[in-house]
Amino acid sequence: MQPIVQLNGLGKSFGGVKALKNVGLDIYPGEVHALMGENGAGKSTLIKILSGLYTPDEGTITVNGEAVTFSSTRDANAAGIATVYQELLLFPELTVAENIFLGNYPRRAGGMIDWPAVRAGSRKLLDELDTHDLDVDKKVANLSVAQRQRVEIAKALSKNAKVLIMDEPTASLVESDVQRLLDIVRQLRARGVGILYVSHRMPEIFAVCDRVTILRDGAYVATKNIDEVDEPALVSLMVGRSIDNLFPKVGVPIGKPVLEVAGLNHGNRVRDISFTVRQGEILGVAGLVGSGRTELALTLFGMTPATSGDIRVEGEAVAITSPSQARNLGIAYVPEDRGSQGLIKSMAIRKNVTLATLDKVSNGIFIRTPAEMSRAAEAIKRFSVRCRDADQPIGQLSGGNQQKVVIAKWLEIKPRVLILDEPTRGVDVGAKSEIHAIMGELAREGVAIIMISSELPEVLGMSDRVMVMAEGRVTEILERSDATPERVGAAMTAHRREENAA
Amino acid sequence: MSNLGNAPTRRTTSAHLIQSGYRRFLGDYGQEIFVLAAIVALFVCVTLVNPRFIAVNNLNTILSGNAYIAVAAIGMAMVIITGNIDVSVGALIGVLATVAGTLATSGYPVWVAWTVPILVGLSINTVIGLLVAYARIPSIVVTLGALSILRGGLISVTGGAWISNLPPSFLLAQQKLLGVPVPLVAMIILTLLAAFWMRNSAFGRSLYALGGNPEAAVASGIPAERRIVQVFAIHGMFAGLAAVLFATQLQVIQSTVPPNLELTIITAAVIGGVSILGGTGTVIGSTLATILFATIGSALIFVNVSAYWLRAVIGLLILITVLADMLRRRRRSV
Repeated sequence: MQPIVQLNGLGKSFGGVKALKNVGLDIYPGEVHALMGENGAGKSTLIKILSGLYTPDEGTITVNGEAVTFSSTRDANAAGIATVYQELLLFPELTVAENIFLGNYPRRAGGMIDWPAVRAGSRKLLDELDTHDLDVDKKVANLSVAQRQRVEIAKALSKNAKVLIMDEPTASLVESDVQRLLDIVRQLRARGVGILYVSHRMPEIFAVCDRVTILRDGAYVATKNIDEVDEPALVSLMVGRSIDNLFPKVGVPIGKPVLEVAGLNHGNRVRDISFTVRQGEILGVAGLVGSGRTELALTLFGMTPATSGDIRVEGEAVAITSPSQARNLGIAYVPEDRGSQGLIKSMAIRKNVTLATLDKVSNGIFIRTPAEMSRAAEAIKRFSVRCRDADQPIGQLSGGNQQKVVIAKWLEIKPRVLILDEPTRGVDVGAKSEIHAIMGELAREGVAIIMISSELPEVLGMSDRVMVMAEGRVTEILERSDATPERVGAAMTAHRREENAA
Repeated sequence: MSNLGNAPTRRTTSAHLIQSGYRRFLGDYGQEIFVLAAIVALFVCVTLVNPRFIAVNNLNTILSGNAYIAVAAIGMAMVIITGNIDVSVGALIGVLATVAGTLATSGYPVWVAWTVPILVGLSINTVIGLLVAYARIPSIVVTLGALSILRGGLISVTGGAWISNLPPSFLLAQQKLLGVPVPLVAMIILTLLAAFWMRNSAFGRSLYALGGNPEAAVASGIPAERRIVQVFAIHGMFAGLAAVLFATQLQVIQSTVPPNLELTIITAAVIGGVSILGGTGTVIGSTLATILFATIGSALIFVNVSAYWLRAVIGLLILITVLADMLRRRRRSV
């Protein structure tokens, strides 16, 4: 049998950084092909090339034996390749039917849209997905996430897709919807559609996929039949390197508890959370997207204050209702999205460094510029921030250097607790190990560090203990010696599995 | 030999320092320098055509007659720097001028007639600030509402009548301080004070931070709601000061302020380099831009061009300025 799509030797660089190098992959009709890898392994770049958003620098794409080049998503659609994105791209104010056929509405003679055909076509597509309960005249804004996803799939099928790319389709679904989605995937497979299935979730991969291709650091690692591998084997293929060499962990004496949290709640992403962090300790927080890691940080930092539960800082019970209050308690939060929450791009580096400590560098009213200059100069030196001078707007720096300034800003408050949310995401390798070194230094100074990360090697390499979250709850807290990729991975999906078993 | 070898290096370093200071200055005040250059160029050109343009009398008309706009533009610049806007300030100045005139003609001491409008301006804009900050209604919506209320209220109460018989001592704007017209003194002192305050105070810094990236500012512990109420209150005070200068420049107070006054004030801030998206700009720029408009208006008369062209020229300036701002932003983010 001939593959529908064949990728050979694909390569793609962004400003000198190789995001993808020499990657090959093929998808057969009626096959569910999993694509796995850590964050930054090159999965999204590969998907974007296949769906026509990026043009590869090298390599070929072959569809049904013919070499093709895509210069837009339209070209990819025309070749029978459609994508269901993680962030669903529907128009909320239009109806289901209007969305499904958007861009290729059936026309009557004279060019008017044939609305009855649109509605009937939509009905047929949804029925084929066993979605008889969804009204085609309903506004998309009123649908659940799972329903929107089915509309998105119907939309892909309306373009006669032969290959469907599904990017983390279950990331934001609840368990019952996950099962229904997997049924739909099986059904599409039975109809001969080839599916490229991207997911971090092991149980799904084993439940529905036929083959799996693993990427690491932009390079091809292996393609395996699903029955040739088990979960630990997949994890080691994905991680694939000696973790301890990459993350030189400094042994630091661990002191008394700094932050104690008991029964903390906020909404349904922070549920009954209890843990303790001590002086000099790095507590790694692992969990899938949507497991409540960031929400926990936001609650601790007062952005979304807790609805119930106890927080103690150095033994003293506190209620944290705003970021400024958290800051005054010595809690610092380096956000996941530094562009939107961490820094002010139009401002000079020195002004960003002192933003959280304006009262410290001012005499109550006026800012003492010499003091500000020396704070900034010290931060630039300590973190080896590569910049022209302290007056350079921070927006001009590279991602890694921006991140260092955001961390420097929070160190100005002399934090007792430092929460780092994805501290090295989008940061180049050099800056990454510098940030890890800084974390080690801070731990030695007695700061209690909470590090949230999607990168398992980072969590395992840097943490003294690992707290694993799933669906807003803590599923396990492991000592460094017990924290193996397998155990952490299992705890990340623990909840799900219990429910499956039940 | 080694001395010779070192010399060029040292020169490059100091040249580099000068260059970096120069670049910082240009980066901070690029738009202000542009506006100042435009004013100087305009003066040179028009004076060549008609030397009477540079006469003291005309300079006085240009600067004093428009000083109240510059004063109002200071507060407006601060509001826009936080990423907000106020389209009701023209109507507010009309109301406050009428308040001042009514108090003066009702026999209150002149200092009462001068102070009360400032306090009323502060109070009204505090309410606007509260609605923007705590009810989270966009400032353009709140101030559009305020615009209608203030303008409609003023016409209904005064019936469109002018206030005359103002006591001579009330006419602050016609008085001189050490031989310099009071409006000019007020404009210069208020601009310099506000500029210093915005550049060097923690408060000013937090306004720039809020306009640059509200989410990051809040996450850094800046009390956004309080600052927004405060900036609107301060803006109300400047509107009060502007209203007093406006009310005291003629023997009568019209119940209608110049049409589109609020747009002139917003335009002054924008052409002076305050980004309409918030986060950048200075009050020195807004004052210079006010002077530029006044100079253009006067210049058109002196070279015998219809004054109606003024608005068209200003419109062109707005487009050029905003375009330059967008290009600058794009370059900065690369």
